[in-house]
Amino acid sequence: MSLLVTCPNCGPREVEELRCAGESTRRPAQPPTQRELNDYVYFRDNVWGVQREWWFCRVCEDWFLAERHTYTNEVLRTWHPSTEILALPAKQGVPQEPA
Amino acid sequence: MTRLAPTPHERIDRSRPVRFTFRGETIEAFEGDTIGSALYAAGRRVFSRSFKYHRPRGLVCCSGHCANCQMTVDGEPNVRVCVTPVREGANVTGQNFLGSLDRDLMQVTDKLGGPFTPPGFYYKTFIRPRRLWPLYEKMLRGAAGLGKIDKHGARRDRVEVEHRHVDLVVIGGGEAGLEAAAGAAADGDSVIVVDEGFDVGGALLADRDGHARAAELKQQALDAGAELLAPAVAIGLFEYGMVPIAHGNTLIKVRAARVVVATGIVEQPLVFPGNDLVGVMLPEGVRRLVNLWSIKPAERAFVLTADDRGLAAAADLEAAGVEVAGILDLREGQPPNIEARGHKGRVEAVSVNGRIERCDLVVMSGSPQPNYKVLAQAGARVEFDDARGVFVPTDLPANVEAVGAVAGDVGEPAVATPVLGYTGEKSFVCFCEDQTAKDLKYAIAEGFDSIELSKRYTTVTMGPCQGRLCHVNSIRVYAKATGLDENAIGTTTARPPHAPVSLGLLAGRPQEPVKRTSLHHAHEALGAQMMWTGAWKRPHSYGPDPGAEAQHVHHAIGLIDVSTLGKLLVAGPEAGEFLDRVYPNRLSDLKVGRIRYGVLTGDAGRIMDDGTIARLDDEAFYVTTTSTGADAVYQWLTWWNAVWSMDVRFAQLTGAVAAINVAGPKARELMQRVSDDDFSNESIAYLDARHVRVAGVPTLALRIGFVGELGYELHFPSPHAEFVWDTLLERGRDLGAAPFGLEPQRILRLEKGHVIVGQDTDSESNLLEAAMPWIVKNDKPFEWVGKWATQQVAERGLRWMLVGFESPTGEIPVEGSQVVADGRSAGRVTSVRRSDELGKVIGLAILPHELAVDGGRFDVQIGKRRVPMTVHLGPFFDAAGERLKA
Repeated sequence: MSLLVTCPNCGPREVEELRCAGESTRRPAQPPTQRELNDYVYFRDNVWGVQREWWFCRVCEDWFLAERHTYTNEVLRTWHPSTEILALPAKQGVPQEPA
Repeated sequence: MTRLAPTPHERIDRSRPVRFTFRGETIEAFEGDTIGSALYAAGRRVFSRSFKYHRPRGLVCCSGHCANCQMTVDGEPNVRVCVTPVREGANVTGQNFLGSLDRDLMQVTDKLGGPFTPPGFYYKTFIRPRRLWPLYEKMLRGAAGLGKIDKHGARRDRVEVEHRHVDLVVIGGGEAGLEAAAGAAADGDSVIVVDEGFDVGGALLADRDGHARAAELKQQALDAGAELLAPAVAIGLFEYGMVPIAHGNTLIKVRAARVVVATGIVEQPLVFPGNDLVGVMLPEGVRRLVNLWSIKPAERAFVLTADDRGLAAAADLEAAGVEVAGILDLREGQPPNIEARGHKGRVEAVSVNGRIERCDLVVMSGSPQPNYKVLAQAGARVEFDDARGVFVPTDLPANVEAVGAVAGDVGEPAVATPVLGYTGEKSFVCFCEDQTAKDLKYAIAEGFDSIELSKRYTTVTMGPCQGRLCHVNSIRVYAKATGLDENAIGTTTARPPHAPVSLGLLAGRPQEPVKRTSLHHAHEALGAQMMWTGAWKRPHSYGPDPGAEAQHVHHAIGLIDVSTLGKLLVAGPEAGEFLDRVYPNRLSDLKVGRIRYGVLTGDAGRIMDDGTIARLDDEAFYVTTTSTGADAVYQWLTWWNAVWSMDVRFAQLTGAVAAINVAGPKARELMQRVSDDDFSNESIAYLDARHVRVAGVPTLALRIGFVGELGYELHFPSPHAEFVWDTLLERGRDLGAAPFGLEPQRILRLEKGHVIVGQDTDSESNLLEAAMPWIVKNDKPFEWVGKWATQQVAERGLRWMLVGFESPTGEIPVEGSQVVADGRSAGRVTSVRRSDELGKVIGLAILPHELAVDGGRFDVQIGKRRVPMTVHLGPFFDAAGERLKA
């Protein structure tokens, strides 16, 4: 891994300055069955291709989302999750991760 | 020393002699020589012993491509001396032999080994009897291999890592590379040129009239502002233009906007019996000896060639006064039967269709191949070009260009170089790993009929030359044996590094980051024995008896530096609700000035961390974490808020705030001496948080009791740490105030049955089985993190329980000892200490749930014995909390 990742706050950064926290997941909105809970907690899509994932920037200590190709390591885009939440309808009931 | 008459283009400066030693013998050289050229000029022909058969090997390429000249230079093994400039006083020795380079006793493997050492012989010849394998392995490892690392020697040189950003990196400083560099640099680009040779110039350096041209191009590139690194190795070409370069003792990690690969060609050996004898060389190797270093390489030479390069070598040899006994041009007619014959490993004749030509040098020239490895590793495809007879890189990655011969422009169309023989003397395909054409045929016959499988089985291309001299020939042997064409066979995956790099350079400088609290020097001055806890250095204890330090806390006052605790401020209108969502218990109803214990779990329900939460005002909470969990908890909380986007802000205060826990029955008296604030129970009760001043320093005092006695955890700005610490010790001297370390703290907390996350819990521990059901509040209106998994544990029923125990026999099991029930392992001891206060050995253990009954018995394995223990539920000391709340 020698990629550069663009932190929305800090700009392009060496990957060592960031932490990849893995592919983004969707937390169940309702109390899940055991199977649903296991799917959410333990299973990942692990795609060959473009994956949406969470990154933490150790420089500004902020989280952001990225789309990265898992084979070429090309980072297609990065964005702060709040920019997406603003576009969503008002929060209701159980908050969940932005789609 | 035998040199030709001086010429204007030679590289050596005869007015500047350099001396170094080879096996203690002084070698006279000139400035401009390499160690290899100087040894050759001094008459040395055997440079190394081969990997498996210990066959003598001499100079072959003189270009740093192959491993035949590897020696140990000043203690550094596997140095390619053909491209290593001479150094005054260098100490050079051979390697991989028993005896000497010229008389290696291990050469017996060459005579005897053949039938016993086919590919995979480790696992065939030496597999039975099984129990002898460790012996065989030791023997085989001793017999094979390259240079030896001095394991006991200190690392000689400091290695450095440098980060650079440039517009262009040019890999390969030959004609094409230098031109590209000069052009880009003239346009204002920042340019680095990397070349493996002792200098840039590449193939030009072998030409009699190329030297001047190389010097001119070099000057042009330098004048334009390019930076030239030679000798230096581009280890690979990675995403986003990352080119790590090994340059002396520095690893330069370069980010390049653009990369030009100009690695030229690699001359290919011919495969024929005896092709590895000392004196069988590639044309460029011979031409470099003559043209760069003015050495007459031999008396009588024979040239076998599939292209014009062999003819050029013949011309240079004649000019140097070498008699050319014959030239066999393989482009003309059917390939004949060729065999090189030697005496004591050195070539003395060539037999062509049975006709013997005596010679002491054989030039072999297969058609050259583009040196495309770095491109293939970066993701380019490699295709065989039938018309030109070469493997050509295509579909280059973005921002990567190939220029010059590596792009396939090798000059004349090459003829498919024939594989000339299998029988008689060994015909080597892979010189580094001692693999012959026969070995490859053998592998194919055994079913390893894909080139990738064959690579793994025979290790062809896996030696130090990384396939430069053997990759294409191994494909040709495959083509001939299987009847497939080159494209159908394909190439093997190219992997970095492209040339050997020392592990020390990759490892970097040995650095062990350490975190120290602002009281570190105070602890050292007090004679503390420091210990690692995570990245922190903390006092283990201040004297020889941690038990006595713990007793001191029970009877007087102890001070412990707890600055390592993670400290976060969580603030905002929704801070309370946020904490309700991430903690299992309720925190939004915590009153201002009150403290609650909190445990964090993930949605898998596993315990991550614990600490205390104090409410400072309506919208602000002061959260502490374990000493090693500060960063992880900060990231965990901020991540959830990135998901939820609630109106909460976070501040990491761990480094900014120091903390000292003042504990013991006389703690209140001491606090009253150093503060004007009221420390009575009415003013600051158990689990209260108050803003106070201690020795004048604004302090957040948390009344908590990890160690079981009346205590105040004082949090204040870390610059005041030593002042506050010293004041407390000084003003409390007559009360018996003394520091205590981590080890006495562990005894004290164990007396209370307090859990240390990570010590008494593991990655499987959940809230219910860690005996904290009281913390779970499921009546909150949210699906708090970990709720579902915790509920599922409750539904399936508890299997384990974390409980306290006493050791009635007084035996102390090692932490981690197995609990045994019904003759089977059933849990383990997580903590155990002797408590002087209680006069008992106490501990915590994870037991099967059904054994977790107060007063119940269970066995712990100690050595070969089972020792009985008694379950004790609840705290061992002050169960009612009277001392805490005093």
